[in-house]
Amino acid sequence: MSSYYGRPILKQPIWGPAVAAYFFTGGLAGMSGALSFMARARGNRALAKSALMTSVAGLGVSLPLLVVDLGKPERFLNMLRVVKPTSPMSIGSWILSGFSAATGLAVASEVAEAIRPQGRLLPLGFIRPVGLVAQGASALLGTGVATYTAVLVSDTAVPAWHEGRREMPFIFAGSASASAGGAAAILTPTADAGPARRLAVGGALIEVAASELMKRRLGPAVRPYEAGTVKVLDQVSTGLSLGGAALLATLGRRRPPAIVGGAMLLAGSLCKRFAIFRAGFESARQTSGEAPEGPMPTSPPPVETLRVQPVSSRRPGAKAAATKTEEVGPQATPESK
Amino acid sequence: MAVVSGPPPYRDATVVEPQPGQHVGFFTDSSICIGCKACEVACKEWNHVPIDGLNFLGSSYDNTGELGANSWRHVAFIEQNRPVAADGSGGMRWLMNSDVCKHCAHAACLEVCPTGALMRTEFGTVVVQPDVCNGCGYCVSACPFGVIERREGDGRAFKCTLCYDRLKGHMQPACAQACPTQSIQFGPIDDLRVRARRRLADLHQQGMAEARLYGVDESDNEVGGLNAFFLLLDEPEVYGLPTHPVTTTRDLPQMWRTAAVAAGMLALGVLAAFGRRR
Repeated sequence: MSSYYGRPILKQPIWGPAVAAYFFTGGLAGMSGALSFMARARGNRALAKSALMTSVAGLGVSLPLLVVDLGKPERFLNMLRVVKPTSPMSIGSWILSGFSAATGLAVASEVAEAIRPQGRLLPLGFIRPVGLVAQGASALLGTGVATYTAVLVSDTAVPAWHEGRREMPFIFAGSASASAGGAAAILTPTADAGPARRLAVGGALIEVAASELMKRRLGPAVRPYEAGTVKVLDQVSTGLSLGGAALLATLGRRRPPAIVGGAMLLAGSLCKRFAIFRAGFESARQTSGEAPEGPMPTSPPPVETLRVQPVSSRRPGAKAAATKTEEVGPQATPESK
Repeated sequence: MAVVSGPPPYRDATVVEPQPGQHVGFFTDSSICIGCKACEVACKEWNHVPIDGLNFLGSSYDNTGELGANSWRHVAFIEQNRPVAADGSGGMRWLMNSDVCKHCAHAACLEVCPTGALMRTEFGTVVVQPDVCNGCGYCVSACPFGVIERREGDGRAFKCTLCYDRLKGHMQPACAQACPTQSIQFGPIDDLRVRARRRLADLHQQGMAEARLYGVDESDNEVGGLNAFFLLLDEPEVYGLPTHPVTTTRDLPQMWRTAAVAAGMLALGVLAAFGRRR
């Protein structure tokens, strides 16, 4: 394979780390919402409250993360200008908006109920049903918030993201469950945190299994996972998730191990998102048809290329890096493939 | 290699006035490109595209490097050593090609755009509306050709508009207008396809077996035909063009289904986590 001066064909993704962080906080908020609803429906007030708080906190961080990453943050509301099924970002904006509204309503009803003893004179009987409906909606939309982001990254030309499209929603879903369950296991008295621990352990196992499956099926696009930061992040994530799950499953009934295990799951989920995110950048860089650190491949015979060393960067200031070393003939540099 | 000898290949080609409803585009014949970069200059001037640095890239006579927010035409320069004499002894040839946005029939950039800023015009071209774009950057990662880019310091995405304003005024795009060799040809894409195939046949007849068309046949790739296609003299990768461009949005229905299954799994998972009602 040959290339144009070693330049990648694809552009580097323009998204900053805020987007990867949002994948984490969005998943955390979404699944915490779902967990909170079920806890409330089952009368587990302690778990319902802690999960709802996590959901609100996650949401509170998510929205600014999304806005700051825009090139024109003041035009954030243009996201709601159209409803566009061909754009996961458009659908995601609507899902997230609905989730935010439902969660806001659920919180408002919780607060109203909490202060009701003082407001006995007001006709507030509608609060409980409204709150429950809002939380039900928030739970349903929460599962959407936790999974649409997988479609968002897969719906790109970036090989490591696009080729992982069959497994990505399961990785994200598992990761979101692990983080939400982990957070609830930290914040809830252990007697009430049983469901959170089970959700966390199940989520972590799915997160790890689905991402291992993805790496097996990525084909050549798996290369970013085989070296560098991505490999480290991915392996650390696997270790943290499996370790945290094991801790919660065995010693989760005691508070200190529950806190450590929950924190490991949160960290594992965060690392997984960043591993996948960074893999996309590496993958886009590798679309030049050359190994990232290897020599520029030559054209196949009979055409010999009068080559110039690839320029490492095209940004201003790259001048110094642009060494004008000319090599003639394919024998000067070994073929990388 | 006698690429530019003989009579000009498109002597009789006339420029058709663009009409709304007619799908127009470019056919770039790299075999007669002389690397003058008039297209790059004309594009910059007409569209008021800002400077993006005077950089020395060390890639032959190409200091533009690639298409981007501030380069809507990019002339690639490749110097190749190859046998030219009968005894197979060496010589060199230039490959030059003016690259541009392909205005794909299935444009992933347009489809993923969450704001509707990217739109299909009445000329079948793909254009960013700068007053709508909020700089989310999704189009950048969706484009299989690495064309569209977010402009630093501005925050919005920019790319070739196929001179939408000139088309509205029944004029051909600035780059095609400025091209001195008819390497860049503008017109209705059906006409251009015919012209491209005829030119390919002529070149093959002249013994240039390496000549090939890129993006002409709708079945060639997933992109469903390009509104800007090329005649190349080497592998597409040599010019920085992907052999198999992928339209990511083709797989979107499958992706939504998978995500729905995963979301359903989450709902069941939460139910299961609580176990039987006590």
